[in-house]
Amino acid sequence: MTRSILPAVAIVIGLAFGLTASDAKPVTYKLPDETAAFKPGPNLDVVKNNCTACHSADYVQTQPRGPKFKKDFWQAEVNKMIKVYGAPIDEADIPKIVEYLTATY
Amino acid sequence: MLDRREMMKRVGAGLAVGAITSLNPLKAFARDTVTLPFGNGERPLVKYPQKRLMIGLTQRPPQLETPFSVFNEGVITPNDAFFVRYHLADIPLNIDPDTFTLEVKGKVDHPLKLSLKDIKKMKAKEIVAVTQCSGNSRGFFNPRVAGGQSGNGAMGNARWRGVPLKTVLEQAGVQTGAKQVVFGGMDGPVSDKTPDFAKALDIDHARDGEVMLAYLMNGRDLPVLNGFPLRLVVPGYYGTYWVKHLNEITVIDSVYDNFWMKTAYRIPDNACACVEPGTAPKATVPINRYNVRSFITNVAEGAKLKAGGKLLKGIAFDGGTGIKEVAVSIDGGKTWKNARLGRNYGKYSFRAWKAPVKLAAGVHELKVRATSNGGQVQPADATWNPAGYMRNVIETVHVTVA
Repeated sequence: MTRSILPAVAIVIGLAFGLTASDAKPVTYKLPDETAAFKPGPNLDVVKNNCTACHSADYVQTQPRGPKFKKDFWQAEVNKMIKVYGAPIDEADIPKIVEYLTATY
Repeated sequence: MLDRREMMKRVGAGLAVGAITSLNPLKAFARDTVTLPFGNGERPLVKYPQKRLMIGLTQRPPQLETPFSVFNEGVITPNDAFFVRYHLADIPLNIDPDTFTLEVKGKVDHPLKLSLKDIKKMKAKEIVAVTQCSGNSRGFFNPRVAGGQSGNGAMGNARWRGVPLKTVLEQAGVQTGAKQVVFGGMDGPVSDKTPDFAKALDIDHARDGEVMLAYLMNGRDLPVLNGFPLRLVVPGYYGTYWVKHLNEITVIDSVYDNFWMKTAYRIPDNACACVEPGTAPKATVPINRYNVRSFITNVAEGAKLKAGGKLLKGIAFDGGTGIKEVAVSIDGGKTWKNARLGRNYGKYSFRAWKAPVKLAAGVHELKVRATSNGGQVQPADATWNPAGYMRNVIETVHVTVA
């Protein structure tokens, strides 16, 4: 018994020190590859060009659905992206993006 | 023969499957997704470095929700299961703790540039405290509102170790006339047109001795996605103030009015932080302390239970007065019975509770209701506000007993 416990204790202590005494090493974090994608729909390219610079497609995908979450809802969201978050979206692209979102989600 | 590493892997996978199936017993053995119990609630289960399988809300920036079964493992939320929330996609992925500096500037006599070593040399303090996203449980709002559609897993409770902000501010020498302290992190927007994320606290709050610069979480370095190497800990206050990758503290002599304080994270200026569903508040204030909440953690929604004795278990917390009482009901709220409170880890921590009940055959609504030492009680009906913040209705779990 003693024989099998001792190395285990040593490993646990080693782990504890290894993970807490961290000042020395730079940390590099690798995010998983992005897999979220916009569904096919009208003006998909316009949507991809304008929306994916700042966020992944699942920001759209996970929003509530139903009759109350159609054109007015998506128009308000697109306006928010432009006015609040400073998204550089051409005036002409706005109705195209709203059309895609309303038709697709 | 299994080697140790392989065994750990298999044990890990077994636990993960257990967590998933207990989250939603109706959706059996789906390893790759879970369905949160509201419309459009299907989410992928995702694996990130330093994290176990988490509920994926968004990928860029990453937002990860804690599978609810984790809260039944204990009152401390493990680092690898702790939720992740970012606003802006330029997050720091290469961090050198040796060259990291925290700048303290503005209305101070001695502007400081502190290394992590400098900070770790100061007298340390520990506190167990909950951090909870303002929009935790937003997916349950009725009517639904735009925003991150979280279930109940955008919260966690950890033992934080670090330095009181007060100590650092004293070292810098706050000048008279200071009104607020502004906190900025290493994460930022992709576009320079997007307002950078920064939050502010009133000067007296910042100097209360409890607000902390934390470098350890549950005895370990902060996970990268939880703010490595340093984050602000604001006990009792919503997570929006717990600035991650904290590297900039600025004392100002005005009230900070950036987008994240003046426009976002505002709640109706009344006692319930609520308005009639579908209406807009007349006046708003910055979101601040948590309201009181409680959850049953060992019975999932829709569970099938055996008739007879059952020990209900769960957690409760509030914005810093502590939990006075937790009561459970097995008849949809007609009658209530007090639960037994578990060990007290401090007024900012989750408080465990247990309550033995006897369940007869049939369909039942199990409820749990917490009362804070400050006298706040969870409401029977859900309150509503346009941003989907601060949900704290008495939770109900529907079960079938046979």
